[in-house]
Amino acid sequence: MSRLPFRTPRGYRRERVDRGVKVRSDDIFVIASSRDLAYVVAPRAVVVLALLGFPLLQSVVSSYWQTVILNTLVMSLLALSWDLLASVGLVSLGQSLFFGLGGYTAGYLNARLGLGPGLGIPVATLVGALLVTALLYPLLRLRGIYFGMITFALPLLLMRVIETTGFLGGTEGLSGLTALPGRTTELYLVTAATLVTVYAYRRLSTSDRGLVFHAIRDNDRAVMASGYNIQWYKAQAVFLAALPATFAGALYTHHYQFVGMPAFAMEYSTLPLTSAVVGGAGSFIGAVVGAFILVPLSEVMREFGSLRVVIYSVMLLVFTIGLPEGIFRFVVRKYSQFERLVPIDDDVQPGVEHGGGHGA
Amino acid sequence: MANLIASTLIYGVVNSVILMLTALGFSLTFGLSGVANFAHGGLYLLSGFATWLLMHRLNLPFPIAALLTIILMGGFGAAIYRVVIMPVRGIVLSEVISTFAVGVGIIEFFRWKGFTTYDFSLPVFVRGGIDIAGVTVDYHRLVVVAIGLGLTLVLWGFTHRTRMGLALRGMSQDEYTALSVGIESDWAGMLSLALGSALAAVAAISILPLGIISINAGYDVLLIALAVTVLGGLESTAGLILGSFLVGFAMVITSNFVGPRWGEVVYLAAIVIILGVKPSGLLGKSKELEDRV
Repeated sequence: MSRLPFRTPRGYRRERVDRGVKVRSDDIFVIASSRDLAYVVAPRAVVVLALLGFPLLQSVVSSYWQTVILNTLVMSLLALSWDLLASVGLVSLGQSLFFGLGGYTAGYLNARLGLGPGLGIPVATLVGALLVTALLYPLLRLRGIYFGMITFALPLLLMRVIETTGFLGGTEGLSGLTALPGRTTELYLVTAATLVTVYAYRRLSTSDRGLVFHAIRDNDRAVMASGYNIQWYKAQAVFLAALPATFAGALYTHHYQFVGMPAFAMEYSTLPLTSAVVGGAGSFIGAVVGAFILVPLSEVMREFGSLRVVIYSVMLLVFTIGLPEGIFRFVVRKYSQFERLVPIDDDVQPGVEHGGGHGA
Repeated sequence: MANLIASTLIYGVVNSVILMLTALGFSLTFGLSGVANFAHGGLYLLSGFATWLLMHRLNLPFPIAALLTIILMGGFGAAIYRVVIMPVRGIVLSEVISTFAVGVGIIEFFRWKGFTTYDFSLPVFVRGGIDIAGVTVDYHRLVVVAIGLGLTLVLWGFTHRTRMGLALRGMSQDEYTALSVGIESDWAGMLSLALGSALAAVAAISILPLGIISINAGYDVLLIALAVTVLGGLESTAGLILGSFLVGFAMVITSNFVGPRWGEVVYLAAIVIILGVKPSGLLGKSKELEDRV
């Protein structure tokens, strides 16, 4: 196949066509050949096996990079959480609220009630998600930038409240918590959580409930007019979105054996948001892809200090404006379609056959 | 006790006007073109450092540096609209994310460049102070109050009494109708962002001499702007004044009578409570409610 020019020449337009193997393997005929089967299964299998195999490579990979991968997966969980919220039209600028509440719940359960991580993490995940939902429930009527504003303010508010009241250890935080059994357990826990979340969210978004979620994002008035209680659906989405994030917070608390005000740090809000936007919002896999690009990148750039944040911001900007579909959708398109140039038919004047009407 | 009350009253007013001045640019941009400029805090910080750099690197006198900064920031605001907002205009979400990215980028850039020491401060306009009812107030704070109140009045006049202001407000109220009577959307957006950024510069140049320029002021300014405008109801000047006086007095009262660190909790709590209880803001109209809920 010849390469297309970067700019489309005058008199031509680009047309995207599905690859033959994609057309065949979309159907039941996937069993027809091992090549078609590989086309469908290989990308998924490679990723899943790589994730599951990674914790076994402990003798090869340095402890430092194991921690980096742990951070990456934790960030993926937060990005997934952001993505599910965005799919209901709730754009969060404060994922650290979810993370921090999960972390503090786990810390409280461990420090004050003496629950070990085995029971503490699941309970903290659930209780944290319920707390998040209860906290956000009265605010779910808000939409657009107003929800963004409030999620931006809430973690900072909680941080200041903890700082001024000294509640839950105040500025000192809660330290000396029970550690997790080992690096392998930690890695497998967070890998399993990521895979399960991706699978569950993708299933959810094609289910009936997922359709209602998307409809609320696209036109909430129409959904209300159809007799759905959108407040209740939004609350469900917040709860489901909170689960991976509070889990990540609880896991981190036990990983560092400490929870404190840094759990509400803005890094846990901006990085998931950037990951989801860079990877491509709405596909869930994109959020994970974004995290796998950003977190290792930021580790490589650790010596640059806060220049990293500047680079995230630039990436966020470039992707929001230049590639709004994100990296994942871009790659999928290249994998399943090819482009060709088609001459534009001169006889058809643009707009004439539609009568020039436009919908408001 | 009488002294404490007098001080609360006087510093309440001063603090409220400072908040109002801080939020003016954000409120104006939102009122004129509907763009929630989350880069406001970054622009505020940038103005402060720009003035400092002009004074100390190019050795310009303060008034010229200040004037130059205001003009440059106006241009920068227009550039932000052209480059960052125009491609995603109408997608509220992308507008918020991209302006937020610009703001965080600016703030963290200065942190990286090491603008975190105590060397960075701007000179006050007038030295000295005066005793009002036994409370010492420095002249600079009085000048800031005058600037804040004056600018609010001038801008109210501009948006309600001039053709250009009315055209801009028309654009924010109903874009299609405004287009059909010949108001150009992108021109209006550029102007609103340029004005908002220039106002952020005015705020920075007037307020920053009261202390040192600290990096986190960038984030605080954004939150203050959000709190004040959300509280009063966006787009309404009366709402802006009411919002800043409520938050301003609440902050001074809590830090005088409860504890100094509680002052910061107040404006964050104000955002959450107002949006939760009365999403239209205190003086909001029903049209705004439709955007919010």
